[in-house]
Amino acid sequence: MNESEGRSSSRRTWLSGPYILWIAVFTILPLIVIFKYSLTDNAGSFTLDNISAVFSPINMKAIWFSFKIAFGCTFFCILLSYPMVLAMKHLGLGKKSFSLFIIILPMWMNFILRILAWQMILSNNGLLNLLLTSLGFEPVRIANTSAAIMIGVVYDYLPYMLLPIYMAIMEINEDLIEAAKDLGASGFTVFRKVILPLSVPGLLSGTVMVFVPSMTSFVVSDILGGGKLQLIGNIIEQDFTAGNNWHMGSGLSVALMIFILISMPFTAKHEDQGHESVIW
Amino acid sequence: MKKITRITGAVLAAATAVSLCVPATGCAKQEIIGELTVINYGEYLDPEMLDLFTAETGIKVNYEEAVTAEEMYTKYSSGAISYDLVCSTDYMMQKLINDGELQQIPWDQFEYRDNIGDKYFDFCTAFDPDNQYCLPYFWGTLGILYDTTKVNGPIDSWDVLFNGEYAGEIIMQNSMRDTFMVALKYLGYSINTDDPDELREAQQLLIAQKPDVQAYLVDEARDEVVAGNAAMAVVYSGEAYLGHEYNNNLEYVVPSEGSNVWIDCWGITKNCEHPEYAAAFLDFLCREDVAMANFEYIYYSTPNEAVIASLDEEDRSNEALVPSDSATENCEVCVQASDETTALLNELWMELRSE
Repeated sequence: MNESEGRSSSRRTWLSGPYILWIAVFTILPLIVIFKYSLTDNAGSFTLDNISAVFSPINMKAIWFSFKIAFGCTFFCILLSYPMVLAMKHLGLGKKSFSLFIIILPMWMNFILRILAWQMILSNNGLLNLLLTSLGFEPVRIANTSAAIMIGVVYDYLPYMLLPIYMAIMEINEDLIEAAKDLGASGFTVFRKVILPLSVPGLLSGTVMVFVPSMTSFVVSDILGGGKLQLIGNIIEQDFTAGNNWHMGSGLSVALMIFILISMPFTAKHEDQGHESVIW
Repeated sequence: MKKITRITGAVLAAATAVSLCVPATGCAKQEIIGELTVINYGEYLDPEMLDLFTAETGIKVNYEEAVTAEEMYTKYSSGAISYDLVCSTDYMMQKLINDGELQQIPWDQFEYRDNIGDKYFDFCTAFDPDNQYCLPYFWGTLGILYDTTKVNGPIDSWDVLFNGEYAGEIIMQNSMRDTFMVALKYLGYSINTDDPDELREAQQLLIAQKPDVQAYLVDEARDEVVAGNAAMAVVYSGEAYLGHEYNNNLEYVVPSEGSNVWIDCWGITKNCEHPEYAAAFLDFLCREDVAMANFEYIYYSTPNEAVIASLDEEDRSNEALVPSDSATENCEVCVQASDETTALLNELWMELRSE
């Protein structure tokens, strides 16, 4: 290594200073605090009870429900994203940017407001039932059910699935698709053999960005679930706010982090095989 | 043209200010003789009353606000600001009294203490047995707000929440104590019970009720009834009164089995160096015109009988605003539970929520 290279690399290190400081103060430090809380009890002595509490029936039930919501949310997001992206693929540049803009537009508005709007739409006397009854149908009771929570999370996290898949599919060389068609592949075979495999990196980063937050969210289930259904996020939130039991809340957070970490290598390994994904 | 309008406006404003000022105080520049630092809930006192107090007495008021009792306690105990007076809710006053944070109120320096009804001082004995530390400020009840067009006849019992008649039309409070209170009172127990069997019985009742409950909410509980999404909700009286303003079909009732009364009180802290200033301020709050101004600003139930006597008939007969003696007969003030009871309640509440 010659001198100038050494200097420029040290300058580069220096440039990352603000970010490292940010991470240290707002990520590493809070993590240490959470770990400390999770491994101690009220008297301050060491315990593993807070972490093993994750196996209690109440918490297991909430985790299982969170898992179902997160899995369902990811599934529906994928199901909605692919057709949308394929439809956008052949639009002209202007229309393409416009559709992207439409997808991102709701994200400019506060997330809580959007969920409150859904509450208004889904409530017993809400817009949905008004529409149904005016068309002569029976009103539905969807407010405060798991279906309402599912609608909320899918609505909220859809862009995080759609955008990485969009990026991945836009990167596919058009020649590959042409070649497959020339060799007699039907539209569906092209999708199955060419587009889907090549969009896997986008799919995986989208999955991570949708699955993890929908698993840990608590605001959506609070507002759309009417406080009747508990995700693990709600239990943690309760421990911190109402129960004033920070040790237990931290313990459950750590257990949840471990759970997510275990599922991560699976996704990371697959990501190496394809292109590096654009967003993740 | 524009300029002239603006000048005229300014002159008019000045004139109004002067004319307002004259009858109240004569506008004599009162010399500042001292200061009081006060902490209260947000929007819980007519700000004009602070100016009036300073104009009358020459005591300057540094006014601080907090959103919740817990936030108030955190602010108070951090010691960054030394407060002379605090206004908080029953259980928090109990905590302050037990921690030795309050000093006795010098009642002999009061001129208007008798405006506050004895009934309210009696409520306070739940946490301030000899009425030494707390001056009642506003109070209210927990009850049922219901839509008269959606129920079969008037409601006077908690029974409607548990008998299955209104399945899917009920909103409960998403708050541990408030929800258990309802079940405990329905079963005929004290809301402050620490008997585990009684608490478990209440929990079983609430679990059985859960399928009939539309949602557990806090702030939105009233709005759901106003919007017609539910027939009834368990709410506090202050909320109920505001609900009535939006929808005339709403009625509020404190069930005959009894309920919870909450009471917000003023106390003088042990750090207060001039209790006579603090007493002057509290006495000022008891005076009829000041209490009336605060009542009209907040619209919660007032313990000031002089104010109640001067209300018009419609307001006075409104249970949400002026709960009758018979409504509050079986009511109790909620006091702080022991650590064991709190832990058990937490556990039972979590089990209920996860059902």
